[in-house]
This record gives sequence, structure tokens and C-alpha cells, in this order.
Amino acid sequence: MKKKAGGKKPAGVPAWVWFMAPSILGTACFILLPFGDVIRRSFCSVLGGQFTGLSNFRTVTGNQAFRLAVKNTVCFTAVCLPILIGSGLLIAVKLSRLKHLRLMKTLFLFPMAVPAATVVLIWHMVFDRLGFLNGLLDNLAGRLPGAVQAALGISGGPVRIAYMDTALSFWVLVFSYVWKNLGYTIVLWMAGIMGIPAAITEAARIDGAGERQIFWHVVLPNLKGSLYTITVLSLLNSFKVFREAYLVSGAYPQENIYLMQHLFNNWFVNMELDKMAAAAVLLAAVLLVLIMAVQKVRPE
Amino acid sequence: MKKKVMKGKRKISVVLSGFFLTVLALLFCSPVMLLLSGSVTGPYELRQMLRPVLEDERYTAAEVRERDTILWEPVPRYPTGEHYQKLLFFTPQFFTVFWNSVKLTGLIIGGQMLIAVPAAWALAVCRFRLRKILFTLYVILMLMPFQITMLSQYLVLNGLSLMNTHWAVVFPAVFSTFPVFLIYRGFASLPEELLEAARVDGAGELGVFWHIGLPLGMPGILSAVVLGFLESWNLIEQPLAFLENRQLWPLSLYLPEIGPDQAGAAFAASVITLIPSSLVFWLGQDYLEQGIISSAIKG
Repeated sequence: MKKKAGGKKPAGVPAWVWFMAPSILGTACFILLPFGDVIRRSFCSVLGGQFTGLSNFRTVTGNQAFRLAVKNTVCFTAVCLPILIGSGLLIAVKLSRLKHLRLMKTLFLFPMAVPAATVVLIWHMVFDRLGFLNGLLDNLAGRLPGAVQAALGISGGPVRIAYMDTALSFWVLVFSYVWKNLGYTIVLWMAGIMGIPAAITEAARIDGAGERQIFWHVVLPNLKGSLYTITVLSLLNSFKVFREAYLVSGAYPQENIYLMQHLFNNWFVNMELDKMAAAAVLLAAVLLVLIMAVQKVRPE
Repeated sequence: MKKKVMKGKRKISVVLSGFFLTVLALLFCSPVMLLLSGSVTGPYELRQMLRPVLEDERYTAAEVRERDTILWEPVPRYPTGEHYQKLLFFTPQFFTVFWNSVKLTGLIIGGQMLIAVPAAWALAVCRFRLRKILFTLYVILMLMPFQITMLSQYLVLNGLSLMNTHWAVVFPAVFSTFPVFLIYRGFASLPEELLEAARVDGAGELGVFWHIGLPLGMPGILSAVVLGFLESWNLIEQPLAFLENRQLWPLSLYLPEIGPDQAGAAFAASVITLIPSSLVFWLGQDYLEQGIISSAIKG
């Protein structure tokens, strides 16, 4: 069968159909068609399935938990992206001047290979009230002059902050995300930096430009394409941070790290499919608009 | 003279930043060192060291100030292999979840290759009218997070009575469009003339794909394998939603279930979980980097 299709053109079905068919069929069955059903459901009541217009959407957008999850997700992205992109660039620039580059890249990339589940216990050891971080802070605080300690409000004894059970859990999550994704970002920045022809930077150097000037006026303008890519990829990866959040604090986390996925899981457990449908459609629409907008501003 | 000073300054700054980066990089990998040393520390010593963390919930805010923070001996005083022994020989449940993970990962990667490689070939090489639309669609689907596709997947899986079976995790992952995109990048970089030459020599479309596309597109395919492995070995959301039966759970869900009172077992299990992905990482780092770079969307 396949051979015949691959042979001569007049034999009917063109070759690409055979190559694409399994993928298209699977995608249609598992993603596209059911998503059509999800769109239909988002406009219907869960019982009886009558058309109810926008009422599901109104319920969802008025839902406290939904608002909290959206707010946390937006905050998280707004904080993480600049940190990740900035520190990635800084490290990539410094790394690109070093000799043992490969080993260093390996060390930074390695967290990518560490399954989130394996660090649960470690995170407790670091971030609990008697964890390493507080121990370190104690140590540092003890060495500061008394006046500084008083100014920082830490003179009243040892530091015993419960990072996981307070608003600070947000920052634990930020740290986890940066830890996991920094290597990824560094590799992308490095690829961009290595792609700049050495002749250009060399020419600038001969013209008497310092390292700093070269960075701002030669290297940076050439990295616009990389910036675009890295932003898009990091944005998408930020949706996966649920893994860390779930592992650090289970299905009912501290409210500052209550994410979209927690909400979806809760709805799923209670079989509130109409809300899930409306929220999924809403989220898909927002992402689609975002993707389109990003495509528009893409540099050449 | 001035130049020399500047050069010297530059050298110092390179050495300094090198030192700083090394410290940072080691800090990044330190969780793994902790896992390794914890997994060979005896239960008594471990309990002593972890006490501040294990008893954390019992202390009130006032009591916790009286206690010392956790201290860690990087090298255990009496190294032991008993946690591994216990886990590997006396914990049948660990075996079940380990093989669940192996099975899921194997099926997902195998399926992805069967489906994605030909599709990527068609998108990269064949010229047909729907190509552009299909490609855009695939990129958009690749960018959609699990939250959006979760309900759709559930509806299909439930309709096919696949819920609470391994297929519920495998099928949606197999039809992910991300590997198609990665492999596409590899195929798209093959020179057109090469394929044309093979066709002129009488090779059919299938022959061109098999004898030229596959061998030359291998780097792209391997990047998809490496990234796919790291992803499927670390699956959380999908099994959590679609597998109710704990006997079917993969390692990534089983690990956090081991309580801190069994810290030794948790450390050893973590290290064993880490071995396959570190191995893949170590063998495939070049492909991984290539994959990361080509996942960069250029449309």
C-alpha cells in the first residue's frame, strides 16, 4: 500500500497524506474535536445540556478561586520572566568569556534533568523554619553590626521564618522555577551570543570600545531575536510550575501559590465540567491573542 | 602601559566572574549532592540530622526560636547501603512504580517517534496547499498548556473507557505536537537539491524518507527523544488527573508520598529516580542543547 502511494503521482493519494495521516488523525481525535465539544459545553448547563449563553463564563469570572489563580499566575509570570531573562543573559555573557564553558553549562543545565519529585525533601530541608536558609541568615545576621541588625528588625534573636506557610511561599516557587529553567535560558542566550560574528566585536574592539560599550552597542542589539524566543519559551514554561507547587505543598497550597492547575484539579475532582470548559475556553482565547500579538512584534 | 593595566584588569574580572559562576553552578547542583549523601547515611544518624525539619510542625513560634537549625554532614560517619537494599529487595511497591514509569516513558517516546517523525517529514519536505495552515495549527497546539487540553482529553479518554489505565497518559502524550516541531527543524535544514537528486535517481518518496531523511535528520530526532524523556520521566499533572489507582502511579507521584520519617528510603528512591534521567542527560547533552535551540520559534 505505502509503496504504491510513494511511487508515481497519478496513483491517487499524494505522499504527504500517508506521512501526515496518523498525526492528523490522533491530533483531531485527542485534541481538536474534543476541544470543539469543550467549546459547546462552555455555553451549556452541565445538567440537561441546555444552551445557557454566557452564564458559565459569568460564574467562572466571578469565582473567587478563579480570580486568585489568575492573579497569582499573572504575578508569577511578571516576576519570574525578568529575573530569568536578565540573570540568564548576565551569566551567558560572563560564561562566553570563560574556558571551561561546557562543564559550566552542564552544571547549570542539570536541574532540568532532576525530576521535581526528587527535591521535595530537600526543599523542606532548605525552607523549613529550622532549615538551611534560616541557619545561613542567622549566621550572616550575627556578623552584622548591632545598628544594622536593629534597622533590619532582626535583632530580636534567631531568624525563624516559615517560608512555605506564609506569603513567602511565592518566592520559594519563583526560586524553584528559576533553578529549573536558568540552564535552558543560558543555552539559548549563548547560542545567540555565539551567533554574532567575531569580526563585528573585534572591529569594535580595534576602534577602542571597552567591554561594556561592546556589550551595550554591539552584542545587545544583535540579540533581539533571542530575547523574543526566550520570552515566549519561558512564558510557556511558567505554566508548568504547578509541578513544583504541587510537590512543595500538595493539593491545597498556601494561597499565594494557588495556581490555575490547582483550580482545575479541584473542579475535576468535583466533576464541575461546565466551569472547566468555560475556564479552558477563556484561557485558550487569551493565549491565542497573546501568541498572535507576539507574532506581530517578532523581529526579523 | 595603559593597555597593559587594562588587560590585567580584564583578567582579574574574568577570574572573579569565573569563580563566582563556579560557586553558583555548584550551588545549583547541591540538592543532588544532598540526595546522594543522605541516601548512604544510616537511619540513626539521619534522624539526628533531620530532627529540626522532622519535628518542625510540633514547635510553636516561641519554641522554634530555642532550637538550632539543621546541620548537615556532607560525608556520613558510617556510610551504609541499607536504604538501597531495603528499597530494592523488600519494597515491592517501589518496583511496581518504577516499572510503571519505565513503561509509560517507553510507550510515550516510542509512540511519539512513530507518529511525529513522518509528520515532521511531510511538513518539512512535501509541498502541499494545507502545509502552512497545518504547521501554524501544530505550533499553536504545542503552545497550549495542560490546563486547556485537560478537559478535552478527559472527554475522549472517558468515552473510550481508557480512564484509569496507562493509555490515558500515553495517548495524549503521543499525539503532542512538540516533537513534530523539533524534528521538523532538523528535516527543514536538509538541502532541497539532495532530495531532488535522490528522486531523479528513481527513489520513491518513501525511499527518500528512509534512506536520506532519517539518517540525516537523526540529530533532530534525538533531541526530541532526550527532551521527551526528561518530560515523561517527570510527568505529574497527567497521571494525577487520569490515574486513580495508585498501583498505576509513576515514580514522580510515588516519591512525595514517602513520608519524611522514612527519609532514608526517600533519598535512595530519589537517587534511583535520578539515575535514568542523568544518564540520558549525560549521553544526550549535545542533542538536548540542540533541541532547546531549535525549539526557538522562528515560524
